[in-house]
Amino acid sequence: MALENRIALKNAQKYNPVKIEEYLKIGGYENVKKALKMDPVNIVDLVIDAKLRGRGGAGYSAGQKKRFTSEAICDRCIQKYIICNADEGEPGTFKDRIILEQDPHVLIEGMIIAAHAIGATKGFIYIRGEYTDSIHILRIAINQAKEKGFLGKNIFNSGFDLDIEIKLGAGSYLCGEELTLLESLEGKRGYPRIKPPFPAEKGLFGMPTLINNVETFAHVPYIIEHGADKYRSVGTPNSPGTKIFTISGDVVKPGYYETALGLSLRDLIFDFAGGIKDGKKFKAAILGGAAGTFVDESVLDTQMGYDTLKEKGAVLGSGAIMVMSEERSIFDMTHSILKFFKHESCGKCVPCRVGTAQLMLMMDKVKNHPNGRKQLLNDMLLEAEYMAKTSLCPLGQSPIIPIRSLKQYFENQF
Amino acid sequence: MSRKDIISKFEPVKDNMLNILHELQNSNPNNYLTTEDLKLVADYLNTSQSSVYGVVKYYSMFSVKPKGKYVIRVCKSPLCSMIDGNNLLDHIKQNIGIGLGETTDDQMFSLEASECLGHCAEAPVMMINDGVYKDLDSDKIKNIFQNIKLNH
Repeated sequence: MALENRIALKNAQKYNPVKIEEYLKIGGYENVKKALKMDPVNIVDLVIDAKLRGRGGAGYSAGQKKRFTSEAICDRCIQKYIICNADEGEPGTFKDRIILEQDPHVLIEGMIIAAHAIGATKGFIYIRGEYTDSIHILRIAINQAKEKGFLGKNIFNSGFDLDIEIKLGAGSYLCGEELTLLESLEGKRGYPRIKPPFPAEKGLFGMPTLINNVETFAHVPYIIEHGADKYRSVGTPNSPGTKIFTISGDVVKPGYYETALGLSLRDLIFDFAGGIKDGKKFKAAILGGAAGTFVDESVLDTQMGYDTLKEKGAVLGSGAIMVMSEERSIFDMTHSILKFFKHESCGKCVPCRVGTAQLMLMMDKVKNHPNGRKQLLNDMLLEAEYMAKTSLCPLGQSPIIPIRSLKQYFENQF
Repeated sequence: MSRKDIISKFEPVKDNMLNILHELQNSNPNNYLTTEDLKLVADYLNTSQSSVYGVVKYYSMFSVKPKGKYVIRVCKSPLCSMIDGNNLLDHIKQNIGIGLGETTDDQMFSLEASECLGHCAEAPVMMINDGVYKDLDSDKIKNIFQNIKLNH
Protein backbone atom coordinates (compact mmCIF):
# COMPACT_ATOMS: atom_id res chain seq x y z
CA MET A 1 0.00 0.00 0.00
CA ALA A 2 1.41 3.34 -1.05
CA LEU A 3 1.59 6.00 1.65
CA GLU A 4 0.91 9.69 1.67
CA ASN A 5 3.96 11.91 1.72
CA ARG A 6 3.17 15.35 3.02
CA ILE A 7 5.14 18.50 2.26
CA ALA A 8 2.53 21.18 1.51
CA LEU A 9 0.21 19.63 4.10
CA LYS A 10 2.93 18.72 6.61
CA ASN A 11 1.29 20.76 9.40
CA ALA A 12 -2.31 20.09 8.46
CA GLN A 13 -4.41 19.00 11.45
CA LYS A 14 -1.39 19.46 13.73
CA TYR A 15 -2.55 22.82 15.02
CA ASN A 16 -5.66 24.94 15.19
CA PRO A 17 -5.32 27.23 12.16
CA VAL A 18 -6.75 30.23 14.02
CA LYS A 19 -4.28 29.89 16.92
CA ILE A 20 -0.81 31.03 15.99
CA GLU A 21 0.51 30.08 19.45
CA GLU A 22 -0.15 26.44 18.67
CA TYR A 23 1.65 26.81 15.37
CA LEU A 24 4.69 28.34 17.07
CA LYS A 25 4.87 25.34 19.40
CA ILE A 26 5.40 23.03 16.43
CA GLY A 27 8.19 25.12 14.96
CA GLY A 28 6.17 27.76 13.12
CA TYR A 29 8.08 30.63 11.45
CA GLU A 30 11.48 29.06 12.19
CA ASN A 31 12.05 28.69 8.44
CA VAL A 32 11.27 32.36 7.93
CA LYS A 33 13.82 33.28 10.59
CA LYS A 34 16.37 31.07 8.84
CA ALA A 35 15.57 32.39 5.34
CA LEU A 36 15.77 36.04 6.35
CA LYS A 37 19.40 35.45 7.39
CA MET A 38 20.17 34.05 3.93
CA ASP A 39 21.29 36.03 0.91
CA PRO A 40 18.27 36.44 -1.43
CA VAL A 41 20.30 35.13 -4.38
CA ASN A 42 20.96 31.92 -2.48
CA ILE A 43 17.26 31.38 -1.86
CA VAL A 44 16.53 31.72 -5.57
CA ASP A 45 19.35 29.29 -6.34
CA LEU A 46 18.05 26.85 -3.75
CA VAL A 47 14.56 26.82 -5.26
CA ILE A 48 16.01 26.36 -8.76
CA ASP A 49 18.21 23.56 -7.45
CA ALA A 50 15.17 21.90 -5.84
CA LYS A 51 13.49 21.95 -9.29
CA LEU A 52 10.23 23.09 -7.74
CA ARG A 53 7.62 23.39 -10.47
CA GLY A 54 4.53 25.61 -10.21
CA ARG A 55 1.67 23.63 -8.71
CA GLY A 56 -1.09 25.75 -10.25
CA GLY A 57 -1.28 23.73 -13.44
CA ALA A 58 1.32 24.93 -15.93
CA GLY A 59 4.27 23.35 -14.10
CA TYR A 60 6.71 26.13 -14.91
CA SER A 61 9.93 26.31 -12.87
CA ALA A 62 9.14 28.27 -9.70
CA GLY A 63 12.83 29.10 -9.23
CA GLN A 64 13.21 30.61 -12.71
CA LYS A 65 10.13 32.73 -12.10
CA LYS A 66 11.78 34.03 -8.93
CA ARG A 67 15.03 34.69 -10.75
CA PHE A 68 13.33 36.67 -13.53
CA THR A 69 11.42 38.75 -11.00
CA SER A 70 14.43 39.36 -8.78
CA GLU A 71 16.55 40.44 -11.75
CA ALA A 72 13.88 42.62 -13.36
CA ILE A 73 15.24 46.09 -13.94
CA CYS A 74 13.25 49.03 -15.19
CA ASP A 75 13.37 52.79 -14.95
CA ARG A 76 10.52 53.32 -12.56
CA CYS A 77 10.46 50.11 -10.55
CA ILE A 78 9.75 51.70 -7.23
CA GLN A 79 8.08 48.58 -5.93
CA LYS A 80 8.08 44.84 -6.52
CA TYR A 81 5.05 42.76 -5.67
CA ILE A 82 4.44 39.24 -4.58
CA ILE A 83 1.05 37.70 -5.25
CA CYS A 84 -0.48 34.43 -4.21
CA ASN A 85 -2.99 33.04 -6.66
CA ALA A 86 -5.70 31.52 -4.47
CA ASP A 87 -8.39 31.86 -7.13
CA GLU A 88 -8.88 28.14 -7.29
CA GLY A 89 -11.67 27.49 -9.79
CA GLU A 90 -10.56 24.60 -11.96
CA PRO A 91 -13.38 22.04 -11.81
CA GLY A 92 -12.48 19.08 -9.63
CA THR A 93 -9.75 20.99 -7.77
CA PHE A 94 -9.79 21.91 -4.09
CA LYS A 95 -6.19 21.46 -2.92
CA ASP A 96 -5.62 25.17 -2.23
CA ARG A 97 -8.75 25.32 -0.12
CA ILE A 98 -7.42 22.50 2.04
CA ILE A 99 -4.11 24.34 2.60
CA LEU A 100 -5.89 27.63 3.33
CA GLU A 101 -8.32 26.05 5.79
CA GLN A 102 -5.85 23.79 7.56
CA ASP A 103 -2.48 25.54 7.41
CA PRO A 104 -2.77 29.22 6.41
CA HIS A 105 0.59 29.99 8.05
CA VAL A 106 2.60 27.78 5.71
CA LEU A 107 1.37 30.00 2.88
CA ILE A 108 2.27 33.19 4.74
CA GLU A 109 5.72 31.74 5.50
CA GLY A 110 6.25 30.76 1.87
CA MET A 111 5.28 34.24 0.76
CA ILE A 112 7.60 35.99 3.22
CA ILE A 113 10.54 33.83 2.12
CA ALA A 114 9.80 34.32 -1.59
CA ALA A 115 9.29 38.07 -1.08
CA HIS A 116 12.68 38.32 0.61
CA ALA A 117 14.23 36.36 -2.27
CA ILE A 118 12.95 38.75 -4.94
CA GLY A 119 12.95 41.97 -2.90
CA ALA A 120 9.18 42.54 -2.76
CA THR A 121 7.76 44.45 0.18
CA LYS A 122 4.09 44.32 -0.67
CA GLY A 123 2.05 41.16 -1.11
CA PHE A 124 -1.48 40.23 -2.01
CA ILE A 125 -3.45 37.03 -1.73
CA TYR A 126 -6.13 36.97 -4.41
CA ILE A 127 -8.75 34.50 -3.25
CA ARG A 128 -12.03 33.55 -4.86
CA GLY A 129 -15.07 35.13 -3.23
CA GLU A 130 -16.88 31.80 -2.80
CA TYR A 131 -14.20 30.44 -0.43
CA THR A 132 -15.81 32.07 2.60
CA ASP A 133 -14.26 29.73 5.19
CA SER A 134 -10.78 30.08 3.71
CA ILE A 135 -11.11 33.88 3.65
CA HIS A 136 -12.20 33.94 7.29
CA ILE A 137 -9.32 31.73 8.46
CA LEU A 138 -6.73 33.53 6.35
CA ARG A 139 -7.81 36.93 7.71
CA ILE A 140 -7.31 35.73 11.27
CA ALA A 141 -3.95 34.14 10.40
CA ILE A 142 -2.64 37.31 8.75
CA ASN A 143 -3.76 39.47 11.69
CA GLN A 144 -2.09 37.12 14.16
CA ALA A 145 1.12 37.09 12.11
CA LYS A 146 1.06 40.90 12.11
CA GLU A 147 0.56 41.02 15.87
CA LYS A 148 3.57 38.75 16.33
CA GLY A 149 5.68 40.95 14.06
CA PHE A 150 6.08 38.27 11.36
CA LEU A 151 4.49 40.67 8.91
CA GLY A 152 5.08 44.41 8.85
CA LYS A 153 8.33 46.30 9.44
CA ASN A 154 11.72 44.82 10.20
CA ILE A 155 10.64 41.17 10.42
CA PHE A 156 12.85 39.22 12.89
CA ASN A 157 15.15 42.27 13.05
CA SER A 158 16.34 41.52 9.54
CA GLY A 159 15.51 44.95 8.16
CA PHE A 160 13.09 43.30 5.76
CA ASP A 161 9.50 44.61 5.52
CA LEU A 162 6.45 42.88 4.07
CA ASP A 163 2.73 43.62 4.19
CA ILE A 164 0.16 41.13 2.92
CA GLU A 165 -3.40 42.05 2.00
CA ILE A 166 -6.31 39.84 0.98
CA LYS A 167 -8.15 40.68 -2.24
CA LEU A 168 -11.40 38.95 -3.11
CA GLY A 169 -12.45 37.64 -6.48
CA ALA A 170 -16.11 37.65 -7.40
CA GLY A 171 -16.99 34.59 -9.43
CA SER A 172 -14.79 34.61 -12.53
CA TYR A 173 -12.81 31.47 -13.45
CA LEU A 174 -10.70 33.47 -15.86
CA CYS A 175 -9.26 35.58 -13.03
CA GLY A 176 -7.25 32.53 -11.98
CA GLU A 177 -5.13 33.14 -15.08
CA GLU A 178 -2.22 35.19 -13.82
CA LEU A 179 -2.43 38.19 -16.13
CA THR A 180 -6.20 38.42 -15.79
CA LEU A 181 -5.77 38.14 -12.04
CA LEU A 182 -3.63 41.27 -12.18
CA GLU A 183 -6.35 43.19 -14.01
CA SER A 184 -8.92 42.08 -11.46
CA LEU A 185 -6.63 42.92 -8.56
CA GLU A 186 -6.24 46.42 -9.97
CA GLY A 187 -10.01 46.78 -9.63
CA LYS A 188 -11.00 46.21 -13.25
CA ARG A 189 -13.03 43.77 -15.29
CA GLY A 190 -11.28 40.42 -15.59
CA TYR A 191 -10.05 40.77 -19.16
CA PRO A 192 -6.77 39.05 -20.08
CA ARG A 193 -3.65 41.00 -20.94
CA ILE A 194 -1.53 40.28 -23.97
CA LYS A 195 1.81 38.70 -23.11
CA PRO A 196 4.64 39.40 -23.21
CA PRO A 197 5.40 41.33 -21.10
CA PHE A 198 5.27 38.69 -18.39
CA PRO A 199 4.51 39.63 -14.78
CA ALA A 200 8.17 39.22 -13.81
CA GLU A 201 8.85 42.27 -15.96
CA LYS A 202 5.59 44.22 -15.91
CA GLY A 203 3.00 42.88 -13.51
CA LEU A 204 0.78 44.60 -10.98
CA PHE A 205 0.60 48.36 -11.69
CA GLY A 206 3.34 47.79 -14.28
CA MET A 207 5.86 46.66 -11.65
CA PRO A 208 7.85 43.40 -11.49
CA THR A 209 5.60 40.83 -9.84
CA LEU A 210 5.96 37.23 -8.74
CA ILE A 211 2.74 35.23 -8.89
CA ASN A 212 2.63 31.72 -7.49
CA ASN A 213 -0.10 29.29 -6.61
CA VAL A 214 -0.93 28.51 -2.95
CA GLU A 215 0.52 25.01 -3.16
CA THR A 216 3.75 26.28 -4.76
CA PHE A 217 4.35 28.71 -1.88
CA ALA A 218 3.56 25.95 0.60
CA HIS A 219 6.59 23.98 -0.64
CA VAL A 220 9.08 26.79 -0.07
CA PRO A 221 9.45 26.58 3.76
CA TYR A 222 10.18 22.84 3.45
CA ILE A 223 12.92 23.51 0.90
CA ILE A 224 14.48 26.11 3.23
CA GLU A 225 14.35 23.68 6.14
CA HIS A 226 15.59 20.53 4.44
CA GLY A 227 17.54 21.73 1.41
CA ALA A 228 17.26 20.99 -2.29
CA ASP A 229 18.77 17.48 -2.21
CA LYS A 230 16.24 16.20 0.29
CA TYR A 231 13.42 17.79 -1.70
CA ARG A 232 14.59 16.22 -4.94
CA SER A 233 14.92 12.82 -3.27
CA VAL A 234 11.12 12.64 -3.35
CA GLY A 235 9.28 12.28 -6.66
CA THR A 236 10.84 11.75 -10.08
CA PRO A 237 13.92 13.44 -11.61
CA ASN A 238 11.83 15.79 -13.76
CA SER A 239 8.96 16.15 -11.33
CA PRO A 240 10.45 16.25 -7.85
CA GLY A 241 8.51 16.66 -4.65
CA THR A 242 4.91 15.94 -3.85
CA LYS A 243 1.54 16.93 -5.22
CA ILE A 244 -1.87 17.15 -3.66
CA PHE A 245 -4.30 15.15 -5.76
CA THR A 246 -8.00 15.81 -5.36
CA ILE A 247 -9.92 12.70 -6.35
CA SER A 248 -13.66 12.94 -6.94
CA GLY A 249 -16.45 11.17 -8.77
CA ASP A 250 -17.23 7.46 -8.72
CA VAL A 251 -14.68 6.33 -6.15
CA VAL A 252 -15.17 4.78 -2.72
CA LYS A 253 -13.15 7.40 -0.83
CA PRO A 254 -13.14 10.72 -2.67
CA GLY A 255 -10.85 13.31 -1.08
CA TYR A 256 -7.39 14.90 -1.11
CA TYR A 257 -4.18 12.90 -0.99
CA GLU A 258 -0.68 14.38 -1.02
CA THR A 259 1.79 11.89 -2.45
CA ALA A 260 5.20 11.85 -4.05
CA LEU A 261 5.04 12.52 -7.77
CA GLY A 262 5.68 9.37 -9.76
CA LEU A 263 3.07 7.08 -8.26
CA SER A 264 0.74 5.57 -10.81
CA LEU A 265 -2.79 6.71 -11.52
CA ARG A 266 -3.84 3.21 -10.45
CA ASP A 267 -2.26 3.74 -7.00
CA LEU A 268 -4.25 6.91 -6.56
CA ILE A 269 -7.62 5.69 -7.77
CA PHE A 270 -7.58 2.08 -6.56
CA ASP A 271 -5.35 2.35 -3.50
CA PHE A 272 -5.87 5.79 -1.94
CA ALA A 273 -9.40 6.39 -3.17
CA GLY A 274 -10.47 2.78 -2.65
CA GLY A 275 -11.39 1.96 -6.25
CA ILE A 276 -14.63 2.40 -8.13
CA LYS A 277 -17.84 2.69 -6.13
CA ASP A 278 -20.48 -0.03 -5.98
CA GLY A 279 -18.23 -2.66 -7.59
CA LYS A 280 -18.47 -1.00 -10.99
CA LYS A 281 -15.74 -0.86 -13.60
CA PHE A 282 -13.44 2.05 -14.36
CA LYS A 283 -14.26 3.90 -17.57
CA ALA A 284 -12.33 7.16 -17.62
CA ALA A 285 -10.55 9.73 -15.50
CA ILE A 286 -10.25 13.40 -16.28
CA LEU A 287 -6.86 14.64 -15.16
CA GLY A 288 -6.25 18.31 -14.39
CA GLY A 289 -9.79 19.69 -14.46
CA ALA A 290 -11.87 21.07 -17.33
CA ALA A 291 -8.69 22.26 -19.01
CA GLY A 292 -7.47 18.71 -18.56
CA THR A 293 -7.43 15.39 -20.35
CA PHE A 294 -9.65 12.33 -20.54
CA VAL A 295 -7.71 9.07 -20.17
CA ASP A 296 -8.77 5.43 -20.29
CA GLU A 297 -7.45 2.38 -18.44
CA SER A 298 -4.33 2.21 -20.64
CA VAL A 299 -2.97 5.18 -18.66
CA LEU A 300 -3.61 3.67 -15.21
CA ASP A 301 -0.04 2.45 -14.87
CA THR A 302 1.60 5.65 -16.04
CA GLN A 303 3.65 7.59 -13.49
CA MET A 304 1.96 10.78 -12.34
CA GLY A 305 4.56 13.37 -13.36
CA TYR A 306 4.56 16.43 -15.62
CA ASP A 307 6.61 14.80 -18.39
CA THR A 308 5.49 11.17 -18.09
CA LEU A 309 1.86 12.18 -18.55
CA LYS A 310 2.77 14.48 -21.43
CA GLU A 311 4.22 11.51 -23.29
CA LYS A 312 0.77 9.91 -23.06
CA GLY A 313 -0.97 13.03 -24.33
CA ALA A 314 -2.25 13.76 -20.83
CA VAL A 315 -1.65 16.52 -18.28
CA LEU A 316 -1.10 16.65 -14.55
CA GLY A 317 -2.54 20.17 -14.37
CA SER A 318 -3.97 21.17 -11.02
CA GLY A 319 -3.90 17.61 -9.67
CA ALA A 320 -7.64 17.09 -10.11
CA ILE A 321 -8.68 13.52 -10.87
CA MET A 322 -12.36 13.13 -11.74
CA VAL A 323 -13.25 9.47 -12.03
CA MET A 324 -16.06 8.08 -14.19
CA SER A 325 -17.45 4.56 -13.84
CA GLU A 326 -18.64 2.44 -16.73
CA GLU A 327 -22.16 3.84 -16.37
CA ARG A 328 -21.22 7.44 -17.08
CA SER A 329 -21.46 9.11 -20.43
CA ILE A 330 -18.39 10.63 -22.05
CA PHE A 331 -20.74 12.83 -24.08
CA ASP A 332 -22.48 14.27 -21.03
CA MET A 333 -19.16 15.02 -19.36
CA THR A 334 -17.72 16.65 -22.48
CA HIS A 335 -20.90 18.67 -22.84
CA SER A 336 -20.58 19.96 -19.24
CA ILE A 337 -16.96 20.89 -19.82
CA LEU A 338 -17.66 22.77 -23.04
CA LYS A 339 -20.61 24.52 -21.42
CA PHE A 340 -18.26 25.62 -18.67
CA PHE A 341 -15.81 27.15 -21.17
CA LYS A 342 -18.61 28.93 -22.99
CA HIS A 343 -19.90 30.38 -19.74
CA GLU A 344 -16.47 31.53 -18.56
CA SER A 345 -15.25 32.97 -21.86
CA CYS A 346 -14.92 36.71 -21.21
CA GLY A 347 -15.79 37.75 -24.76
CA LYS A 348 -12.80 40.01 -25.29
CA CYS A 349 -11.35 38.08 -28.23
CA VAL A 350 -13.43 36.68 -31.10
CA PRO A 351 -11.90 33.19 -31.48
CA CYS A 352 -12.76 32.25 -27.91
CA ARG A 353 -16.12 34.00 -27.76
CA VAL A 354 -17.36 32.41 -30.99
CA GLY A 355 -15.37 29.20 -30.70
CA THR A 356 -16.61 28.17 -27.27
CA ALA A 357 -20.21 28.64 -28.51
CA GLN A 358 -19.52 26.66 -31.70
CA LEU A 359 -18.01 23.78 -29.75
CA MET A 360 -21.14 23.65 -27.59
CA LEU A 361 -23.37 23.51 -30.66
CA MET A 362 -21.32 20.68 -32.13
CA MET A 363 -21.46 18.78 -28.87
CA ASP A 364 -25.25 19.26 -28.75
CA LYS A 365 -25.38 17.57 -32.14
CA VAL A 366 -23.14 14.74 -30.98
CA LYS A 367 -25.43 14.13 -28.03
CA ASN A 368 -28.66 14.24 -29.99
CA HIS A 369 -27.79 12.65 -33.33
CA PRO A 370 -26.22 9.21 -33.57
CA ASN A 371 -25.01 9.81 -37.13
CA GLY A 372 -21.87 11.60 -38.16
CA ARG A 373 -20.32 11.75 -34.72
CA LYS A 374 -16.82 10.88 -35.91
CA GLN A 375 -16.92 13.77 -38.38
CA LEU A 376 -18.17 16.09 -35.64
CA LEU A 377 -15.30 15.07 -33.39
CA ASN A 378 -12.87 15.97 -36.16
CA ASP A 379 -14.66 19.27 -36.71
CA MET A 380 -14.45 20.04 -33.01
CA LEU A 381 -10.75 19.25 -33.03
CA LEU A 382 -10.18 21.62 -35.93
CA GLU A 383 -12.23 24.38 -34.32
CA ALA A 384 -10.36 23.96 -31.03
CA GLU A 385 -7.05 24.10 -32.88
CA TYR A 386 -7.99 27.41 -34.51
CA MET A 387 -8.96 28.70 -31.09
CA ALA A 388 -5.72 27.52 -29.51
CA LYS A 389 -3.69 29.32 -32.17
CA THR A 390 -5.60 32.58 -32.18
CA SER A 391 -7.05 33.18 -28.71
CA LEU A 392 -5.53 35.75 -26.39
CA CYS A 393 -5.36 33.78 -23.20
CA PRO A 394 -5.29 30.25 -21.78
CA LEU A 395 -9.08 29.96 -21.69
CA GLY A 396 -9.46 29.92 -25.47
CA GLN A 397 -6.36 27.75 -25.68
CA SER A 398 -7.84 25.16 -23.31
CA PRO A 399 -10.70 23.33 -25.10
CA ILE A 400 -8.18 21.64 -27.40
CA ILE A 401 -6.75 19.83 -24.37
CA PRO A 402 -9.81 17.67 -23.50
CA ILE A 403 -10.91 17.36 -27.15
CA ARG A 404 -7.56 16.06 -28.33
CA SER A 405 -7.58 13.51 -25.53
CA LEU A 406 -11.07 12.38 -26.55
CA LYS A 407 -9.79 11.78 -30.06
CA GLN A 408 -6.85 9.82 -28.65
CA TYR A 409 -8.65 7.69 -26.07
CA PHE A 410 -12.38 7.68 -26.77
CA GLU A 411 -12.79 8.03 -30.52
CA ASN A 412 -14.51 4.62 -30.54
CA GLN A 413 -17.38 6.12 -28.51
CA PHE A 414 -18.18 8.61 -31.25
CA MET B 1 -23.19 50.81 9.79
CA SER B 2 -23.92 53.41 7.10
CA ARG B 3 -22.74 52.95 3.53
CA LYS B 4 -20.22 55.75 4.00
CA ASP B 5 -18.80 54.14 7.13
CA ILE B 6 -18.34 50.87 5.27
CA ILE B 7 -16.51 52.53 2.42
CA SER B 8 -14.27 54.62 4.61
CA LYS B 9 -12.80 51.48 6.21
CA PHE B 10 -10.88 51.07 2.96
CA GLU B 11 -8.12 53.17 1.50
CA PRO B 12 -9.43 55.13 -1.49
CA VAL B 13 -7.40 53.22 -4.08
CA LYS B 14 -8.88 51.51 -7.10
CA ASP B 15 -7.52 48.07 -6.24
CA ASN B 16 -9.93 48.05 -3.30
CA MET B 17 -12.87 48.12 -5.73
CA LEU B 18 -13.89 44.45 -5.44
CA ASN B 19 -13.45 44.29 -1.67
CA ILE B 20 -15.60 47.41 -1.23
CA LEU B 21 -18.31 46.10 -3.56
CA HIS B 22 -18.41 42.80 -1.64
CA GLU B 23 -18.89 44.59 1.70
CA LEU B 24 -21.57 46.91 0.38
CA GLN B 25 -23.47 44.04 -1.19
CA ASN B 26 -23.20 41.87 1.92
CA SER B 27 -24.54 44.66 4.10
CA ASN B 28 -27.67 45.02 1.96
CA PRO B 29 -30.49 42.75 3.20
CA ASN B 30 -31.38 42.08 -0.42
CA ASN B 31 -27.80 41.22 -1.41
CA TYR B 32 -27.39 43.73 -4.22
CA LEU B 33 -25.71 46.98 -5.14
CA THR B 34 -27.92 50.03 -5.58
CA THR B 35 -27.33 52.86 -8.06
CA GLU B 36 -26.53 54.95 -5.03
CA ASP B 37 -23.83 52.44 -4.00
CA LEU B 38 -22.20 52.58 -7.43
CA LYS B 39 -22.15 56.38 -7.33
CA LEU B 40 -20.65 56.34 -3.85
CA VAL B 41 -17.89 53.93 -4.92
CA ALA B 42 -17.17 55.92 -8.10
CA ASP B 43 -16.78 59.16 -6.11
CA TYR B 44 -14.68 57.51 -3.42
CA LEU B 45 -12.29 55.87 -5.89
CA ASN B 46 -12.26 58.90 -8.18
CA THR B 47 -13.49 56.99 -11.19
CA SER B 48 -16.59 57.09 -13.37
CA GLN B 49 -19.88 55.50 -12.41
CA SER B 50 -19.88 53.62 -15.71
CA SER B 51 -16.56 51.97 -14.98
CA VAL B 52 -17.84 50.78 -11.59
CA TYR B 53 -20.96 49.50 -13.33
CA GLY B 54 -18.75 47.71 -15.88
CA VAL B 55 -16.89 45.93 -13.11
CA VAL B 56 -20.07 44.98 -11.28
CA LYS B 57 -21.65 43.53 -14.42
CA TYR B 58 -18.56 41.45 -15.24
CA TYR B 59 -18.44 39.46 -12.01
CA SER B 60 -21.16 36.89 -11.42
CA MET B 61 -21.19 37.35 -7.64
CA PHE B 62 -22.36 40.97 -7.92
CA SER B 63 -25.93 41.99 -8.65
CA VAL B 64 -27.61 45.30 -9.44
CA LYS B 65 -31.05 43.80 -8.89
CA PRO B 66 -32.55 42.98 -5.48
CA LYS B 67 -32.20 39.35 -4.47
CA GLY B 68 -33.59 37.23 -1.68
CA LYS B 69 -32.29 37.34 1.87
CA TYR B 70 -30.84 33.88 1.22
CA VAL B 71 -28.90 33.47 -2.01
CA ILE B 72 -28.58 29.83 -3.01
CA ARG B 73 -25.71 28.92 -5.32
CA VAL B 74 -25.99 25.44 -6.75
CA CYS B 75 -22.75 23.96 -8.05
CA LYS B 76 -23.15 23.12 -11.72
CA SER B 77 -19.57 22.03 -12.30
CA PRO B 78 -18.99 19.05 -14.61
CA LEU B 79 -18.39 16.84 -11.56
CA CYS B 80 -21.44 17.88 -9.50
CA SER B 81 -23.57 17.66 -12.66
CA MET B 82 -22.33 14.13 -13.27
CA ILE B 83 -23.08 12.98 -9.73
CA ASP B 84 -26.36 14.81 -9.43
CA GLY B 85 -27.99 15.20 -12.84
CA ASN B 86 -30.68 17.82 -12.32
CA ASN B 87 -32.08 16.33 -9.12
CA LEU B 88 -30.80 19.09 -6.88
CA LEU B 89 -32.63 21.80 -8.79
CA ASP B 90 -35.83 19.75 -8.80
CA HIS B 91 -35.65 19.17 -5.05
CA ILE B 92 -35.02 22.84 -4.37
CA LYS B 93 -37.97 23.78 -6.57
CA GLN B 94 -40.20 21.40 -4.60
CA ASN B 95 -39.20 23.16 -1.40
CA ILE B 96 -39.21 26.83 -2.32
CA GLY B 97 -40.98 26.85 -5.67
CA ILE B 98 -38.42 28.67 -7.80
CA GLY B 99 -36.08 27.75 -10.62
CA LEU B 100 -32.67 29.06 -11.67
CA GLY B 101 -32.41 32.82 -11.84
CA GLU B 102 -35.60 33.40 -9.86
CA THR B 103 -36.42 35.01 -6.51
CA THR B 104 -39.36 34.05 -4.31
CA ASP B 105 -42.19 36.59 -4.08
CA ASP B 106 -41.51 37.14 -0.37
CA GLN B 107 -37.87 37.99 -1.22
CA MET B 108 -36.62 35.19 1.01
CA PHE B 109 -34.72 33.07 -1.53
CA SER B 110 -32.88 33.53 -4.81
CA LEU B 111 -31.59 30.56 -6.79
CA GLU B 112 -28.46 30.74 -8.92
CA ALA B 113 -26.06 28.35 -10.62
CA SER B 114 -22.38 28.52 -9.76
CA GLU B 115 -19.27 27.04 -11.31
CA CYS B 116 -17.15 24.60 -9.29
CA LEU B 117 -17.40 25.45 -5.57
CA GLY B 118 -14.35 23.33 -4.71
CA HIS B 119 -16.07 20.67 -2.63
CA CYS B 120 -15.90 17.96 -5.27
CA ALA B 121 -15.31 15.11 -2.80
CA GLU B 122 -18.66 15.94 -1.20
CA ALA B 123 -20.74 16.36 -4.37
CA PRO B 124 -23.37 17.50 -4.98
CA VAL B 125 -23.03 20.78 -3.11
CA MET B 126 -24.58 24.20 -2.83
CA MET B 127 -23.95 27.38 -0.90
CA ILE B 128 -26.57 29.43 0.93
CA ASN B 129 -25.05 32.85 1.59
CA ASP B 130 -21.72 32.01 3.32
CA GLY B 131 -22.47 28.40 4.24
CA VAL B 132 -21.60 25.30 2.21
CA TYR B 133 -24.01 22.33 2.20
CA LYS B 134 -22.52 19.01 1.07
CA ASP B 135 -23.49 15.49 0.02
CA LEU B 136 -27.00 16.69 -0.72
CA ASP B 137 -30.04 14.52 -1.25
CA SER B 138 -33.78 15.20 -1.13
CA ASP B 139 -34.03 14.70 2.65
CA LYS B 140 -31.12 16.97 3.45
CA ILE B 141 -32.47 19.68 1.20
CA LYS B 142 -35.89 19.45 2.84
CA ASN B 143 -34.31 19.80 6.30
CA ILE B 144 -32.15 22.72 5.30
CA PHE B 145 -35.08 24.75 4.03
CA GLN B 146 -37.33 23.76 6.92
CA ASN B 147 -34.69 25.00 9.35
CA ILE B 148 -34.22 28.27 7.54
CA LYS B 149 -37.96 28.91 7.44
CA LEU B 150 -38.33 27.99 11.13
CA ASN B 151 -35.50 30.23 12.26
CA HIS B 152 -36.52 33.13 10.14
